[in-house]
Formats: sequence, C-alpha cells, structure tokens
Amino acid sequence: MIETGLMENIYLTIVLAPLIGSIIAGLWRNQVGRAGAHWITILGVGISSVLSLYVLKLHAFDGQPVYNDAVYTWMVSDGISFEIGFLVDNLTAMMMAVVTFVSFMVHIYTVGYMAHEEGYQRFFSYISLFTFSMLMLVMSNNFLQLFFGWEAVGLVSYLLIGFYFKKETAIFANMKAFLVNRVGDFGFLLGIAAVAMYFNTLDYHEVFAMAPSLADKQITIWGDTSWSLMTVIGVLLFIGAMGKSAQVPLHVWLPDSMEGPTPISALIHAATMVTAGVFMVARMSPIYEFSETALSFVLIIGATTAFFTGLIGIIQNDIKRVVAYSTLSQLGYMVVALGVSAYAAGLFHLMTHAFFKALLFLAAGSVIIGMHHDQDIRNMGGVRKYMPITYWTSLLGSLALIGFPGFSGFFSKDAIIEAVHFSTIPGATYAYYMVVAGVFVTALYSFRMFFLVFHGEGPRDEHAKHHIKESPWVVTLPLVMLAIPSVFIGYLTVGDVLFGDFFEGVLYVAPEHDVLAKLGEGYNGEIGFIMHGIMAKPFYLAMGGLFVAWFIYMQKPQIADWIKKKFDMVYMVLEHKYGFDGFNQFFFAGGSKGLGNILWKAGDRFFIDGLVVNGSAKTVGWLSGIVRHFQTGFLYHYAFVMIIGMVGLLVWFVLK
Amino acid sequence: MIALSDYLILGAILFSLSIAGIFINRKNVIILLMCIELMLLAVNINFIAFSHFLGDAAGQVFVFFILTVAAAEAAIGLAILVVLFRKRRNIDVDGLDVLKG
Repeated sequence: MIETGLMENIYLTIVLAPLIGSIIAGLWRNQVGRAGAHWITILGVGISSVLSLYVLKLHAFDGQPVYNDAVYTWMVSDGISFEIGFLVDNLTAMMMAVVTFVSFMVHIYTVGYMAHEEGYQRFFSYISLFTFSMLMLVMSNNFLQLFFGWEAVGLVSYLLIGFYFKKETAIFANMKAFLVNRVGDFGFLLGIAAVAMYFNTLDYHEVFAMAPSLADKQITIWGDTSWSLMTVIGVLLFIGAMGKSAQVPLHVWLPDSMEGPTPISALIHAATMVTAGVFMVARMSPIYEFSETALSFVLIIGATTAFFTGLIGIIQNDIKRVVAYSTLSQLGYMVVALGVSAYAAGLFHLMTHAFFKALLFLAAGSVIIGMHHDQDIRNMGGVRKYMPITYWTSLLGSLALIGFPGFSGFFSKDAIIEAVHFSTIPGATYAYYMVVAGVFVTALYSFRMFFLVFHGEGPRDEHAKHHIKESPWVVTLPLVMLAIPSVFIGYLTVGDVLFGDFFEGVLYVAPEHDVLAKLGEGYNGEIGFIMHGIMAKPFYLAMGGLFVAWFIYMQKPQIADWIKKKFDMVYMVLEHKYGFDGFNQFFFAGGSKGLGNILWKAGDRFFIDGLVVNGSAKTVGWLSGIVRHFQTGFLYHYAFVMIIGMVGLLVWFVLK
Repeated sequence: MIALSDYLILGAILFSLSIAGIFINRKNVIILLMCIELMLLAVNINFIAFSHFLGDAAGQVFVFFILTVAAAEAAIGLAILVVLFRKRRNIDVDGLDVLKG
C-alpha cells in the first residue's frame, strides 16, 4: 500500500516521461543527434514501463485501492467540469503495462530497424508521443480525456502511416486512415455528447453510477420513433470503436496502414491503438449491459470481421498485409467477446494478442530487413537457415496466434469461443459459427505465410541469398522478450483474469449475460483447460488449417494454383476485399468529388464568383455607365441640376 | 411708399436674371462670375429689405459678411481665371468639360 499522493506522482511520471522524451527528440533533434534521440526516448519509455509494471504489481497483488481523481481542472462550464484525471484500477494497470512494455520493446527494435533511414529522430519522437497519448487514453477517468487520447493516437497514427511522406501510396494510406477514423469519431463524439446531455457529467464513475436509473429511458431523435437511451449511446460509442479498432465496414484503413514502417505496425496497428476500441467498450460495460440491442450489434459486427477479413489474409502476398488481416480478424474476436458480455475474455485476448501480434510484426520486420525491404512472401523461402532467432520466435508467435494448446492465444481464444457458445443474445449462433470457422482460417493464413517465408526453397533472388543474415541484437532482443509472454502469459493469468476477481468492480456484467461465470463453473485449473481444449473442435480446426497450409504450400504447390483457377470467382471477391475499397472509392470518394464538383461549379463559380462577386461589380459598372451621362462636365448643367433640386426641395417644403 | 413686396420682386428678378445668365451664357467665364455676384446681391437686397421692415439689424450685418466673402471669392475666382487663361489661351465655357464622366 502506497499513499495516494505518491501514487499520483508515479502516475504522472508514467504519463509524462514519454512526452518529455518525445519533445526533446522532436524539437531538438539536431542538438541531440541520432543516438541522443533514441537514448532519451528509450529512457523515457523505459521509466514508464518499469513504473507501469510496478503499478500493476501494486494493484493486482498488493491490494492498492483504486485511484480516481482529477489532477487538473481545465474548466467548469454549466456544472460540467472538464478535467484531466486518472482512473487507475486493475484494467488500467493491465493496459498500462501492456502498452508501455510493447512500446519499450518497439523502441529498442526501432534502433535496429530504422538504422539507415532518414527522419530517425522524428520517428522516435512520434512513437514516444504515441505512448503518451495511449496512456492518456487508458488512464483517463472521464470521457473528455478519453476523447483527447483517442484523437491524439489517431493523429500519431496518421503521422506515422505517412512517415515516408515522399511515397504516393503512403500519403494515400494515411489520408484514408484519417478519413475513415473521422467517420468513426463522428459517432464517438455524438455518443459522448449524448452522455453529457443525459447524464450531465463526463466522469466515468458518476456516469456508471447513474446508468441503472436511466436504463429504461426512451428518447426521441426524429419523428415519433423512440429509442432506448442506452442503445443509442452504446451504438454511437461503438461506431467510434469500429473506426479505431477497424471493424467492418470501417476496417478498410488498417491494411493500407502497412505503408508505415514496421515498428509502428507492431505498436500502433496491432498491439495497442487498434485495441483502444475494445478497451473502451469494456470500460463502458456498465452502459452496454443495459442494452441487448447494442451488444447484439457489437457481436454481429465483430463476428463478421473475425471471419471475413481472415479469409482475405489467405490470398495476400505482402508479408505485412497478411499480418494486418490477421490483426483485423483477431480484433473481430475481441469484439465478439464484448458482444457476448465476456468483457474479461475480450481484454484477455487483447493482452495476449498484443504480445504475440507485436512479436509477429517485429519478426516480419526482421525478415524484411534480411530481405532488404522486399516484402513479397513469394520471393522468400528458406529464411529459417539464415535467421534462426527470427524463425523460432515467429514459430512461437504463430502457434500462439492459432491457439495451440498451452500458448497464450489458446486460452484467450478458446475462452471467447466457449463464451459465444454459451451466450443466448441474438446473433450468438451466427457469431459462434464465424469464430469457429475463423480458427481454421487463422491457422491456414498464419502457416501459409510461415511456410512460404521460412521453409522450402529460396530466397528466389540469388543475390538475396548472399546478403541475408540474422538481424542485429537490438532487433532480436525484443523478439525474444515478446516471445516469452506470448508463450506463458496465458497460462499464468488465465485463472485470475477470466475466472478470478481480477476485474472485480471494474467490469459490470448483468447476471443473465454472465457467460464467463457459466464457463467458470466447469473450470478446474489451467491444465484442465488445456486438456479440455485438446478435445474440442477449435483445436482440430487449427491443426487442420496448419496441415492444409503445410500440404498445399510445402508438398503440392500446384494445388494452390488449381484452387485459384477453379474458384476464380471467390478469388476475385477476396482479391477485391469484398469490394469495400472499390465501393468507398467509387461511392464516397467519387461521390464527394462529384458533389464537390457540383458545388464548385454551381455554388462557387456560378453563384459566389459569378453572381455575388463579379455580378455586383458588373452591376456597379452598368449603373455607372448610365449615370456617367449626367456628368457632362459643363458648369451650366450642374447649376441647372442644382436649381432643379432646390426647386424640388422648396416644393416639397411648401406642400408638406 | 415702396412696399416690401417691391423689394422682394426686385430681388427675385435679379436672381432669375443671374440664373438665366449662367444657363444662357456659353461664351465667357467672366460673365459666369458676374452672374454669381449678381445672385449674391439679389440675396442681399432681400436681407436689407427684411431687415428694414422687421426692424432687425441682424440682416444688415449678414449683408456685410456676404459682401466681404463675395469680394474674397471674386479675387480667388479671377485669379483662377488668369491661370486658366494662361494654360488654355481662352476662357470659353464650352471648352471647360474636362470633368466629364
């Protein structure tokens, strides 16, 4: 137990250390130089990481009470105060530890990955700024600061996707990410506005305390239709989460975000930022629990994302894009867990996924370094011989991803599948089939990539064979450090997080939705869980996927081509990513361009330029063209007009 | 006894004459100046007449002011006229239309 005042200082240090590092590396980049920039930011994030682990220990093991206080009041307006405050409970502590740990690893990794790149200091400044923003997001105790963090991570994501700002595709991708996120944020902001309007406060705990009393409130938005307030808030907030956590149909930006350097794909677009939506919905569990409609919506969106984006992953040939689609699919799993009220399972998967997905991304980055920035997996192969550490850590990461029994991903994914199985809310059956089928797909695309990259003949390019070698220690150390939790974290924490009291008082689950409690009745230790897992369908599906991947891509490569030819239609649909991009490009981008064209021509050029600006000038010119005829320059004409005027005035004066 | 109205009629006739002079005269700027002087004198006659018949000396004071101003105005007007003549070598009213719009 540590007194509150000291805790406050610790929390502030955790948040501010990366910010200070970011500012120094960003504003004084020439003074600190390349080495200075990475030392200062690594130091900042390192401090923050160590303190976060310490805070996690205090909260999880030593019974440190929940901290919920404002550290700074920005302003008070009409009874609503806008504050910067921290809410630190077990959920926050877990998120802080995950974020700062992965960030720390990525900082170290970047030293190796970006060694020969331009903008080295800028990159470190950005990722430290990201760490700060993400911490602000997860540690917030009110909606306003949540929104600040939400937008700040979005901004840094935008900056980093467009890190290679001279590359056309990178600029396109970061603009796309920015715009798609705006769509989500629009819903998110409306949700926050609804909270402020009906709860009259933005503080989490006050809102959650009031939620039961407003559970049955109906509101009218337009016309005579009445809506449940909780459903409206839940759906609007979830639209924000759909943008940030890349759920169908707002997922389109995530694959394109792979234009950014690999370390940020690992940190932002796999481990932390994209899970912000999952975190947010779990945090808002006291609101979601009162709306089955919102939960059902969440569930169906999540299930759709989990399965269908995974399918696209099978046909991708860019190593990073395969992992990106895998991330989409896994985010879908987390969202499914939220939809069936198994918030703890969703957060558990968030945590395990953060480790193994960051690992897979960093390993992919390591391969990319070895291949001298060739990202096409068809050109790779046999990399195992040249990069043993990358190979082994990738194997561990992939096994964790497909949910091989005993690995961290197994516990979290199995828990989600079982939870969906027990759930009775509308859409659960659909979601169950989706997530179960998703297991097979996950194994297939993961090991397709794994085999193509590491096994078989290759690399295809003769020249590549000579220069490919294991990456430096700054790259492999983070791989090893991330592989450890990827393997063990599930086994170590499953009992407490899923079935224990880790999230006691943090997550609220209505008794009739509590599928994890039902699941917990049959729980008898980690080993029992593993044994049960080996008997169940998902395990066989995962093994089936692994085998199919091995058979098709290692034994009989011609099968892949045959399938491709035979199921041309399916392949085309997947190749075009179900047409989301085409539709967006045609309908939204083309539509707004067309609308802009019309407004430009009719509104701007015709009305404003033509009528208002040039029109008034023309009218004045025309009028003065007439009036100038009165100005003859002859004195007697002027005198005559004066007399007329005087007479006129006199007449008016007399007759009045 | 001459009535007030007689004075006013005289003033009006002088005023009308001067206006007609301004309009009809197309030749000489000096005549224009003279017409303006005549206009002021017509006004002065009205002032004097009213001053006399109403027994108020203020009207006569005004006349002195007007005479003074008229003298100054005539001086300035003739000076401008001299400059104008130097520049254009004539003082035709019809030629003075450079202010035309």
